[in-house]
Amino acid sequence: MSTETLEKVVVVKPSESLLSKRRKKLVTDPLIDDNPITVQVLGICSSLAVTTQMQPTLVMAISVIFVVALSNFVISLMRNTIPARVRIIVQLAVVATLVTIVSEILKAFAYDMYKELSVFIGLIITNCIVMGRLEAFAMGNKPYDSMLDGLGSALGYAWIILTVAFVRELWGSGAVFGVPVFQYVSSWFGPDFSLATNGLMVTPVGAFIILGLIVWVQRTKTGYVEH
Amino acid sequence: MQQSNTYIIVYSAVLTIILGLLLSGSAQVLGPWQQEAIALDKKKQILGAVISAEEIAAMTPEQVNAFYSSRISSTVVDVTGKEITKEGVSAEKVEIAKDYKKPAEERAYPVFIFHAEGKPDQVESYIFPMYGAGLWDAIWGYLALDTDMNTIGGITLAHAAETPGLGARITEAKVQERYVGKKIFDESGALVTVMMQKGEGKKYDGDAHKVDGMSGATITGNGVNNMLKAYMGNYEAYIKAKSTPKAVVAAL
Repeated sequence: MSTETLEKVVVVKPSESLLSKRRKKLVTDPLIDDNPITVQVLGICSSLAVTTQMQPTLVMAISVIFVVALSNFVISLMRNTIPARVRIIVQLAVVATLVTIVSEILKAFAYDMYKELSVFIGLIITNCIVMGRLEAFAMGNKPYDSMLDGLGSALGYAWIILTVAFVRELWGSGAVFGVPVFQYVSSWFGPDFSLATNGLMVTPVGAFIILGLIVWVQRTKTGYVEH
Repeated sequence: MQQSNTYIIVYSAVLTIILGLLLSGSAQVLGPWQQEAIALDKKKQILGAVISAEEIAAMTPEQVNAFYSSRISSTVVDVTGKEITKEGVSAEKVEIAKDYKKPAEERAYPVFIFHAEGKPDQVESYIFPMYGAGLWDAIWGYLALDTDMNTIGGITLAHAAETPGLGARITEAKVQERYVGKKIFDESGALVTVMMQKGEGKKYDGDAHKVDGMSGATITGNGVNNMLKAYMGNYEAYIKAKSTPKAVVAAL
């Protein structure tokens, strides 16, 4: 039943290219104008917790991109069969499965990262971005579009947490991706000179401040106001 | 039709079976790699007590394994310091987390001995595993004692679920370095170990039994203190037995 309707739609408008304007918008919209973190204020918990260093943040970002894009795709494939009364449970089951698989893969091939991110990989399940996109988009749109939408939202999440992590690691630990930038820079100015790091940046409070600043700058530029 | 109870039940059942198969399948396939990763991580933690984290980070997994097998030998002792020579008992196989649930007298205590390359007699330090409770979940670690059996040569600490940025900082080199050079016995030979203090930013250079604390993680710090005290107490007989003849040899 469901395949028939799908085919019909494809026949009616076969012209839309894989990267049409509308589809590009699906990916680019959540980057700035509809950013899940700074505009929708979702996924704050993990963005505060994992962003002390660039490397775990990157792993987290990739994991979230994988989970959001794929769960959107899978749920969209299933959307016509999902009974409305248990749809949240079905969504959760799919998301939880994907997250567990990500966590198992990390445990096998990136054990150090697995240890460092520990509970936060598991907590992707409860990341509001995932469920938000499933409910708001994947349940009512076609698989490919849903995947793009998930990709966009996850990328919007990714660049924000990477920015926060960059500032926090640089200022808090004097490094970027573990490379001690502050040490190198200090050495140019002679042996007695050393750039001070700020311990506040290592704590979640630092993340709040950076995040607040990003929201401020962004909303000043886009003119977005909450109603 | 999609709203009928039968449909919902069958749908849920089928979904559960499919997802369950996927999960158990991935666990099956990835299992061997995970076991390897866990074993390697344990070796890294043990080595972390005697060499720096940077050195370990620079090594490939093969190099870690090679270094471990050429530099570390091990033994298992009981709480009275006597070696357990039963068949099938090896230090690598002792599961400290499981043993932790038994009374202290019944546990097996592995000792990892760091020695010069290829010369098991030329001991450089003794590494003792520890296990205890942090704020949320288990914490564990490895403490290396120099051959005087009193001075701490290094420590690695790890945790299951301490708060990132607070208690989880016990894994950081900056925190672990604070223990280096501290002593576990006082002048009279009584076991006092090393206590992490409340608050952070003070220097305890003059005190051989105190280290600076972690701000906002006093309970994790207390957990580390209790773990140190308990496990050094459990190893005390072995440590004392090792230190007395050594002192005589050194005097000769």
